[in-house]
Amino acid sequence: MNISTFSDLSLDWDALVREDRVHRSLYTDPRIFELEMTRVFGAVWVYLAHESQVPKNDDFVTARLGLRPIIVVRDSQGELRALFNRCTHRGARVCRAERGAARTFQCPYHGWTYFNSGRLRGVPWPEGYACDFKDGSFNLAQVPRVESYRGFIFGTMNPDAPALSDYLGGAKKPIDEWLDRNPGSRVLVCEANRLKFRGNWKLAYDNAADGYHVVFSHRSLLETENRHAADPSKGMSFYIGKPDEAPMYVQSFGRGHHFKDKRPNVARRPGALWEMEGVQPGMQRYEALIRSRLGDRAARALDLAASEPVNINIFPNLSILGNHIQVFQPVSVEETDSLWYATAIVDEADELAGMADAVNAIRMRTQESFPNFGEVDDAANFEEIQKGLAACEDEWVYMHRGLGVPGRVQTLPDGSLKAPATDEIFMREHMKEWKRLMSARPNLVVKR
Amino acid sequence: MSYVDDAFYEKLLAAFADWQRPELELTDLAIREQCRALLEREARLLDQGRYPDWLALYAPECVVWVPAAAAPGDPRREVSVFFDDRPRLEDRIFRLGTGAAWSQVPPSRTVRLVSNVEPFRTDERTVLMVRSNFLLSEFRAGESRVLSGWCGHRLRRRQVGWEIEAKQINLLERDQPLRNPSVLF
Repeated sequence: MNISTFSDLSLDWDALVREDRVHRSLYTDPRIFELEMTRVFGAVWVYLAHESQVPKNDDFVTARLGLRPIIVVRDSQGELRALFNRCTHRGARVCRAERGAARTFQCPYHGWTYFNSGRLRGVPWPEGYACDFKDGSFNLAQVPRVESYRGFIFGTMNPDAPALSDYLGGAKKPIDEWLDRNPGSRVLVCEANRLKFRGNWKLAYDNAADGYHVVFSHRSLLETENRHAADPSKGMSFYIGKPDEAPMYVQSFGRGHHFKDKRPNVARRPGALWEMEGVQPGMQRYEALIRSRLGDRAARALDLAASEPVNINIFPNLSILGNHIQVFQPVSVEETDSLWYATAIVDEADELAGMADAVNAIRMRTQESFPNFGEVDDAANFEEIQKGLAACEDEWVYMHRGLGVPGRVQTLPDGSLKAPATDEIFMREHMKEWKRLMSARPNLVVKR
Repeated sequence: MSYVDDAFYEKLLAAFADWQRPELELTDLAIREQCRALLEREARLLDQGRYPDWLALYAPECVVWVPAAAAPGDPRREVSVFFDDRPRLEDRIFRLGTGAAWSQVPPSRTVRLVSNVEPFRTDERTVLMVRSNFLLSEFRAGESRVLSGWCGHRLRRRQVGWEIEAKQINLLERDQPLRNPSVLF
C-alpha cells in the first residue's frame, strides 16, 4: 500500500481535501492553522459580538477575529467599529478590560491615547518626535468592514468580500425565524457558559450540524432527560431509532453555512416545545405562575423558555442553537474556546403581561443544561479525535455519510442542498468552501 | 419536583449578599471545628465518588451554585457554570452513573484540600455562613490540573449536626473558558 506523507502532499489543497474525506493535517498542522487565520478568518465575515453587548455609545466588548485582539465598540458618534486592540507604537494591548464603556483608550505602557473611533488623541511629549501625528498613520488599526445583521456584528479584513447580507444568503431565513419567535423580534445577550477543549476549531464546526453523533455522544444526556419519562420524549429523543426517517433535515446554503432544522419533529401547536423540555430547576413553579397569569396564552410564553430545536451555523465561527449564540474561537491548532452566550427575551411591549422575567428565570436554567450535560461529552470526543490523529500513517478523516446514496440529497429551488438528519453533506460543503478559501490569496487590509 | 421560585432566588441572593462582615465573624472554636469537619467530610465523599452520601449532607431544598460571572448577579437573569437544585443534582449524579458520560470516562481522580474555614453569624440563630478556600487537584486521561477558588456554604443546625442549604463555588477562572468542568464541585 502506498502511504503518502504530509510532505508529499505539501499544501496541495486538492490533495488534502477530497470529496469524501480530508487529511488529518487540517486539524494538526500549525502551518495550516496559521494560514487559516488570514485565508479563512481574514477573508470572510467573522462574527464578533452582538449589538446588545454594546447598547450605548462608548460601550465596548473585547473579542477576537481569528487571533487578532479586537475591541468592538460603539463609538461616541454611535458607529460600530472593530478596533485592533494593539497600540500603534509598540504593540501592547491598549484595553485590558473585557467590557465596559470608554471614550478613549490609553495604552498603559507609554501613555499613547486613542479616541474610541481609533483616532490618535495624543502621545506624551510630542516635541520629541519629528513625525506628524495628525496624518492618521498612527491611529489604531481597525477592521475595514464592520456590518451587523439584525444585531449580529461581523467584521472582515477583506475589501473584496460580498456585502454581509449576501454572505449570509439563505441562512438569513432561519436567523430571522429564530429572532422573530421572541417578543419584539430580538434577544438580549447575557452571561455565557465558556468552555474550551484541546482540539482544532474545525472539530467543533464539523459537529455543528452533525445528526449522526447525537445518540452516541449524548447518550448520557438522553438517558438523564428521559429518566422519569415512560417513553423517551424529552430533548433530542427524536434521534432515537431511525433519525433519517424523522421529518428533521440538514440544509446546506453554500459558503460553508448550514442549518439543522429539528422543528418539524415538534407538533405545530403552542406548548409542544415546552412539553419536550427536560426537567430544569424552577420549571414547575414558574410554569404554574405563568399559567395562572396568562391562561390560554401561557403556552407561547413557556415555549420561549424551552430550547428552540435549530442549529444555524455561520461559517466559520458562529452557531445559533437552542437559545444560545455559540462562538468558536480558535486559540491554536489544537486549542479552541467554545463560548455559549445565553440569551434572554426582552418584552418592551409587554406581550407576555409581565411574565418575561419568569420566562427568563426558566430560560437561564434550560440554557445551562446542554453545556453541562451535552457539550462536555462532545468536547471529550473532540479531544479524543485530536489524540487519535497523532497516528500519522492513518491519514484520512471521513465525511462521506450519504455520499453516492441515490435520492438522499435534494437540491431546493434556491440552490441549497437538503438531506436527512445524519447526512454529512454539510461537512463536505463547508470543507469545499474551506478549500476554495485556502487556495486563494485574499488582499487583506486595515483601516486607520 | 423543583422548589425553585422567585422566593427561593430572593432568599438565596439575600443570604449571599454582604455576609462576610467583621462583626459577624464567629470565633467559637467548637463551632469552627464543626464547620471544618463538615467541609472535610464533604470533600472526602466527593473525592471518593460517594455521591448519594454526599447529597445526604444537603437540605431537601438545597442549591449548588457555580457562578459564571466575575461578579455574580441574579441567576434569574444570567447563566451560571451550573445552578443545581436537588433534582438537577440527582440528574447530574445519574448521568455520571450511565457509563456514557464521556467527559468522565475514564472518571477524574480528585483530591480536594479545604482550608481557611471561617464561619459567620446570620440573622437566624440556627444558620451560619461559612467561607472556605479549596484546591481541587484532578487527574484524568493522563493529565493533571488544579482548580481553585473559594466557597460559601449556608448551614442550618439540625438536631444532630449541620445541614447544607446552599453552596456557592467561586472558581478563580469562573468567567474564563473552562476545560471539561464535569466533576461535581
